[in-house]
Amino acid sequence: MYRLLNIEFQKLKHSRASKILIITYFVLLTSIALIAAIKFDIGPIKFHLAEMGIFNFPYIWHFNSYIAAIFKLFLAIVIVSMMANEYSNKTLKQNLIDGLSKKEFILSKFYTVIVFALISTVFLFVVSMILGLCFSNYTELSIIFSDMEFLLAFFIKLVGFFSFCLFLGILVKRSAFALGFLFVWQFIEGIAFGILRWKTDAETATSVMQFFPLNSMSNLIKQPFSRLSAVQSVANQVGEKFDFDYAVHWYEIAIVLAWTAIFIVLSYRLLKMRDL
Amino acid sequence: MEPILTINNLTKKFGYLTAVKDLSFTINKGNVYGILGPNGSGKSTTLGIVLNVVNKTSGDFHWFDGKTSTHNALKKVGAIIERPNFYPYMTAYQNLKLVCQIKEVDYSKIEEKLEIVELLDRKDSKFSTFSLGMKQRLAIASALLNDPEILILDEPTNGLDPKGIHQIREIIKEIASNGTTILLASHLLDEVEKVCTHVVVLRKGEKLYSGRVDEMISSYGFFELKCDKQDELVTFLESHGSFGTVKVKDRLITAFLNEPLESASFNKLLFEQGFVLSHLVQRKESLEEQFLTLTNNK
Repeated sequence: MYRLLNIEFQKLKHSRASKILIITYFVLLTSIALIAAIKFDIGPIKFHLAEMGIFNFPYIWHFNSYIAAIFKLFLAIVIVSMMANEYSNKTLKQNLIDGLSKKEFILSKFYTVIVFALISTVFLFVVSMILGLCFSNYTELSIIFSDMEFLLAFFIKLVGFFSFCLFLGILVKRSAFALGFLFVWQFIEGIAFGILRWKTDAETATSVMQFFPLNSMSNLIKQPFSRLSAVQSVANQVGEKFDFDYAVHWYEIAIVLAWTAIFIVLSYRLLKMRDL
Repeated sequence: MEPILTINNLTKKFGYLTAVKDLSFTINKGNVYGILGPNGSGKSTTLGIVLNVVNKTSGDFHWFDGKTSTHNALKKVGAIIERPNFYPYMTAYQNLKLVCQIKEVDYSKIEEKLEIVELLDRKDSKFSTFSLGMKQRLAIASALLNDPEILILDEPTNGLDPKGIHQIREIIKEIASNGTTILLASHLLDEVEKVCTHVVVLRKGEKLYSGRVDEMISSYGFFELKCDKQDELVTFLESHGSFGTVKVKDRLITAFLNEPLESASFNKLLFEQGFVLSHLVQRKESLEEQFLTLTNNK
């Protein structure tokens, strides 16, 4: 496993485009901290986002993992192109001739995906921890380490999404088209939801849609905004009450893990079946 | 003899097109093999199958004693097929380092092999800046990294200029003289003739011949003769039992042998008969002539 990771790392290390994208990604992750700096101070209206409670433990785990997941697209580009470029440079063929098996090839990519997801999660943990310790109103250990399931969900979400990217890279063989396909797929899921909603009711539509790959991934971490006490108090004033399930459920994780397995197995099947 | 590659009844179909049909042959250690055939005769497909990049339709093959998996066996094989494929954004050295990691070979080999192909001074240049000849030489260095048991070359001189062709051939001869088994696929017959001891001839995916180059067609060669008394000599040759056809073209007589005959004793015989030769050459058919005879006959 170390050998396979090393091979993949060697391929990425020297590619300038990948390096820039990876660095950008981590800089953006750090930039979550910049939200703390948002501060309006116009006469009597004082607004400081960091003091609105968004960096309170344990809410910060939910909020930060939701925001951080938006940036995953940068790594997705790296992953799609690291797969598709093997086709366009024909280096996949050369790797196989040099004695890498097709299984090892897929595994080396999959391990890289896991490492990317793992580093992102650790990074997110560190950034959130620092932000939390600076701004949180509660710093008791039991509160800090509650709701940690959002980090697990973040990790699973990234692994699932990147596996989907890997699969598209193999399926389409061209990075640009593969990324295009990703957006088209997002669209297809949207349309599917629309049709289901129209033909049946909202409840059936949601319960069917949770099995779609991109939808299942976004279900893992739900929007955190309406959970904010400030938002809720405003809602209470206008007589609106949110009744929203924010929790990460085991079956949602299971669905994403199932998709991950499907994408990796399909990638391997596809590679095995094809003549190069 | 120790077999390196054994192929049994291998068949590959692309849709309704049969690229390789029921092919069987064995590659033994220490020989230099040529796979000959016109374009589209299934050479590259056959190599692709044994190199794990093309799926076979039926039949089987195994490397060495058949106990190792194909991808592990390939670590002991060096192969170049068609164009050289490397990561364009990496330098020559970085590319070879990657191959070392895949083949599980020590990095110390890299400089040694770059030296052989005369690329050591360019080791830190990006692959994308190389000329085709340099790329092909880098591919050879890469194939040699693991000191392979067998070196497989598919059209190694395709697309190169005369200097590049010459360089590659010299490298191949050098490697062959070290006792490395070589399998060379080519449609360039003089290339094969210059380096190969054994040959497999393919046409439309079928094997026409496999064996030693000099036994390819049952022939004892021919004499090229010139003599002042041309007509008498032709009559004499036609009546002589050792000769089959006799052709005359521009005062050059070509007489094909039916049985072995030494040029010295033949010269002596003619002199005793009163024929004084101004030109005597004994030759075997070139590989090209043999190849054409073979591919036309069947």
